[in-house]
Amino acid sequence: MTMDAIPVPVLDVQDLDIRLPAGGDRALAVRGASLRLMAGQTLCVVGESGSGKSMIANAIMGLLPRPHVEPVAGRIVFDGQDLLQLGEDGLRTLRGRRIGMVFQEPMSALNPVMRIGEQIAEVFDAHVRLPAAEKRRRILAALADVGLPEPEVLIDSYPFRLSGGQRQRVVIACALALEPALLICDEPTTALDVTTQAQILALIRDLQRRKGTAVLFITHDFGVVAEIADQVVVMQTGQVVEAGGAAAVLARPQHAYTRKLIAAIPDGRVRAPSAERPVERVLQVQDLRKTYVTGGTLFRKGRRVEAARGLSFELRRGETLGLVGESGSGKSTVGRCIVGLSPFDGGRVLFNGRTMQSGAQFRAQSQGRIQMVFQDPYASLNPRHRVGPTIAAGPIAQGLPRAEAMARALELLQLVGLGPEAAERFPHEFSGGQRQRIGIARALAMRPALLVADEPVSALDVSVQAQVLALFAEVRERFQLAMVFITHDLRVAGEMCDHIAVMQRGEIVEYGETAKVLADPRHAYTRTLIEAQPRLSAAARPEALAA
Amino acid sequence: MKSSFWRRFRRNKGAVFGLVVLALVALVTALGPLVAQHDPWDMAGMPFAAPLAEPGMPLGTDTMGRDILSGIVAGARVSLLIGVVSTVVSLFIGVGVGAVAGYFGGWIDATLMRFTELFQAIPSFALAIVLVAIFEPSVQSIVAAIAVVSWPPVARLVRSEFLTLRQRDFVAAAQLAGQSTPRIILTQILPNAASPIVVMASLMIATAILLESSLSFLGLGDPNRMSWGYMVGSARTVLRQAWWMAVFPGVAILMTVLALNLVGEGLNDGLNARADGKGK
Amino acid sequence: MKRLQFMSVRLLQGLLALLLIATVNFMLVRAAPGDPVSIMAGEAGASDPQFVAQLRQQFGLDQPLPNQLASYLGRVLQLDLGFSYRQQQSVVALIMERLPATLLLTGTAFVLSLAMGIGLGALASRHAGRWIDSAITVVALVFYATPLYWLAMMAVLIFTVQMDLLPAFGFFTVGADLRGLDKVLDIGRHLILPAATLALFYMAVYARMTRAAMLEVAQMDFVKTARAKGVSPGRIQRRHVLRNALLPVVTLAGIQAGGMIGGAVLTETVFAWPGIGRLMFDALLQRDYNLLLGCFLFTAAMAVLFNLITDFVYTLVDPRIELS
Repeated sequence: MTMDAIPVPVLDVQDLDIRLPAGGDRALAVRGASLRLMAGQTLCVVGESGSGKSMIANAIMGLLPRPHVEPVAGRIVFDGQDLLQLGEDGLRTLRGRRIGMVFQEPMSALNPVMRIGEQIAEVFDAHVRLPAAEKRRRILAALADVGLPEPEVLIDSYPFRLSGGQRQRVVIACALALEPALLICDEPTTALDVTTQAQILALIRDLQRRKGTAVLFITHDFGVVAEIADQVVVMQTGQVVEAGGAAAVLARPQHAYTRKLIAAIPDGRVRAPSAERPVERVLQVQDLRKTYVTGGTLFRKGRRVEAARGLSFELRRGETLGLVGESGSGKSTVGRCIVGLSPFDGGRVLFNGRTMQSGAQFRAQSQGRIQMVFQDPYASLNPRHRVGPTIAAGPIAQGLPRAEAMARALELLQLVGLGPEAAERFPHEFSGGQRQRIGIARALAMRPALLVADEPVSALDVSVQAQVLALFAEVRERFQLAMVFITHDLRVAGEMCDHIAVMQRGEIVEYGETAKVLADPRHAYTRTLIEAQPRLSAAARPEALAA
Repeated sequence: MKSSFWRRFRRNKGAVFGLVVLALVALVTALGPLVAQHDPWDMAGMPFAAPLAEPGMPLGTDTMGRDILSGIVAGARVSLLIGVVSTVVSLFIGVGVGAVAGYFGGWIDATLMRFTELFQAIPSFALAIVLVAIFEPSVQSIVAAIAVVSWPPVARLVRSEFLTLRQRDFVAAAQLAGQSTPRIILTQILPNAASPIVVMASLMIATAILLESSLSFLGLGDPNRMSWGYMVGSARTVLRQAWWMAVFPGVAILMTVLALNLVGEGLNDGLNARADGKGK
Repeated sequence: MKRLQFMSVRLLQGLLALLLIATVNFMLVRAAPGDPVSIMAGEAGASDPQFVAQLRQQFGLDQPLPNQLASYLGRVLQLDLGFSYRQQQSVVALIMERLPATLLLTGTAFVLSLAMGIGLGALASRHAGRWIDSAITVVALVFYATPLYWLAMMAVLIFTVQMDLLPAFGFFTVGADLRGLDKVLDIGRHLILPAATLALFYMAVYARMTRAAMLEVAQMDFVKTARAKGVSPGRIQRRHVLRNALLPVVTLAGIQAGGMIGGAVLTETVFAWPGIGRLMFDALLQRDYNLLLGCFLFTAAMAVLFNLITDFVYTLVDPRIELS
């Protein structure tokens, strides 16, 4: 009997240290990181922002911004060589030919003034000599391989014609054009819609199966890990805290941090509807319509977009309604209409029984009793104003004396878990999660009856998300707030909302109690959305629905 | 915040150099009569005296025997005065137009921008010449002419800053809080647009000084004031005989404008360390 | 087809701009202190009562303002810009005589400044932080701060007075009566100093802009993608970085075109170059406001033309222009 040769890993990272420039929050961005990737396998590196996971990917490709950030110890063994000892010329022969990489932001990943065909041709031109006809054939094949329609037309088009998902496919085509042994994906789906994400993940899985590529996949989402990973490596502040087979780690996480990350994911727990519905109708929306025109100039009409086409829903005191949809569904526009930030073109909006006038009058009528919490914690607070005055600005504008308004601000800061000393600080001194808390405090300062939260946790790390959602729940109970929760994440909606309205292209395609909608969706789009959510236990697919 | 601004500013060696030069110029302007021994219009010595040829006139004299050094000192006053005042006026117009266009958007923005573009299409120096010529040269008409041709770039900058800032959520939050529009423009948006405006202002003073000296060179300066441009202009036909008449005033302009540009770059470094408040 | 549409719109906008400038001319004369007719007659003409009477009739000052404007614009459209008493020629004739010289000067300077500016800026950004970058940046800063007319005079001082290397005045060597190639070379020799001085100032502007734009573009995601594909650094600089950095530079060139034409006034004055700029200077000296305004209108027309050319170049460089 012959001994089988021990399989050699495609990629072997050994004790990698990467140094940060002086003045960073730590000396080493990555410390003692090790991982091994075998052919035909997918290894996910999971961590939150600042964990150093992207650094490893960049170090393998030699794309770190040297000399500021540099690998200072360890080896990266690929194709029998230590990549860290290779000069720039040596690395260049590997990039694109033996190792391909896909990045996070598809909208800016392609040269805007170069045709798609030429951008793929570059990969060939850099490494092999091909006659023109053969090159064209292979480019068309590469485009078809990643599922792009009409490659003949696409080859001469410019990137601005493509959507985010399509551009990501082009980048994948470039990365895989020369059939590399290793594909590195640095959060390639984070910036995409849930349904697009599912498609791209399926595409990567399919390509891997067909070509036997080893895939190193960087992500922050454990749901993605569950879907595609064979092996997983968990990172926290630059160090590997847990590693192993994906199924094993997911089922029995050993390290506290891993447990915390897995626990923080909304696990499909659904908010139970309360026994009795309160009678007071805080918000009633009837046949809401809004059309806006984009990109027009003095000489040309722009494009008409119907963001809301006759929407109706209602909300009672203490209840939460989820508006769920992907980008372009119109959910944010609806949010801005019911708050009074955008005028609407048709239909009625009633607040506490009173009809609201569309336009500038709306806010005067509501008197600040409808408030909003925004999505981007870095843009929702004025960087030049201290936190205390920011929170107090609302009550002051409504006529409250300054001293009382500041006292209320301090009270609210306490409530959201930040001490009174926060009032003297500027927003840049706080983290993303803390800024969202400040945003909630600001909204509450006006004693609102209705709170609209526009994707309030999408921009936050997973563990922080859970905390902020808990704060929302607490605040809702205490003040008996009616809330409209706008999100693209069905898992979050399931946890927070009593009722869900699923939106697609300006219309509500499904509306009902959360538990019912998630367990038994009627509309095809709702089903697609549910399917597309990366889930922890792949076993929990709603196959049962196909009855 | 102040100390970190100075730290970044200091790191730019050129900016520090510029600041020193500007301080010198300001000093000379303030001390005026102490440095310049003669009235610039006085025929203090022999015509066409070379530098260091006559005592007390280290930079020589011009066609009429006037002391060059005194002329330079007097010219500093005029240049700085006109440079600063015209920039302030220009800023008022530009910030006003830009803020309104950027905040309100829509057809207000479109009309104001068409108007601004139109203005920018006119060659600014030619327009300045025409304006000063027709309204008779004086400090007032020069300041007005320079202000009139210099405001469009400010308006465009302020407009683009306002357009971006207008979309920020903190503005929406301020609207929801019930703050009035003028209050939002002044207290929420403008402080965030201040940095690029300040940087631009220093560059505008430099451009204004160049413009003023060019007008004086062509004979359109205020006839009662000695200015650097006028001095270079009067040297044009006698360059062969008296090179110092052109060189020294020109160097004065060059140094002042260079200093202003360098300080502007330093301000840029100092103020824009974190462009949009992202702490990541 | 989209490009044609875009250019037609810009052309119309340009013509509209010129009409508005003509209106501004009209307003200025009436807003200025003094009698509009004597302003238009100029210092020389005002002393001739017959001429003044003729003008007064032509202007029809007793007519309502809109009528005056309409007849004025009508005359402008027919290229009747009035008569220069001092020079005893129609304004249009004077301008047409000088137009080729100015076009030659500004055209040469425009091309020269762009070519040198982009080249030096690209070089500086390529070696950012090293001595060649510092050298180029310092040189650009100094030229940017130098008054154009002074630079011109210094050039004359060094190259003509001191070194006797290049001619400083005029278009060609007077009295030499050269023909054909000799004549072209002679004009060329005379062109060097004026064109170079005019170009140097704007070269500094473009060099700085190109350097800044290239450094900014080099940070963008698509450059990282190109590196990840293994594309050679030279090709990345050319096809990815420079190609995208050109967009703001071309836009800037359009905006600066007006400035360059204004600068021509100063350059032509110092070098006695017989162009429209020099004509403007003479008109100033002679207090011939009619001629001055005529020149102003023409320089504005030239600025519009340059703007159109850069707009056209921009459409060639940015494929997205179809959507705008």
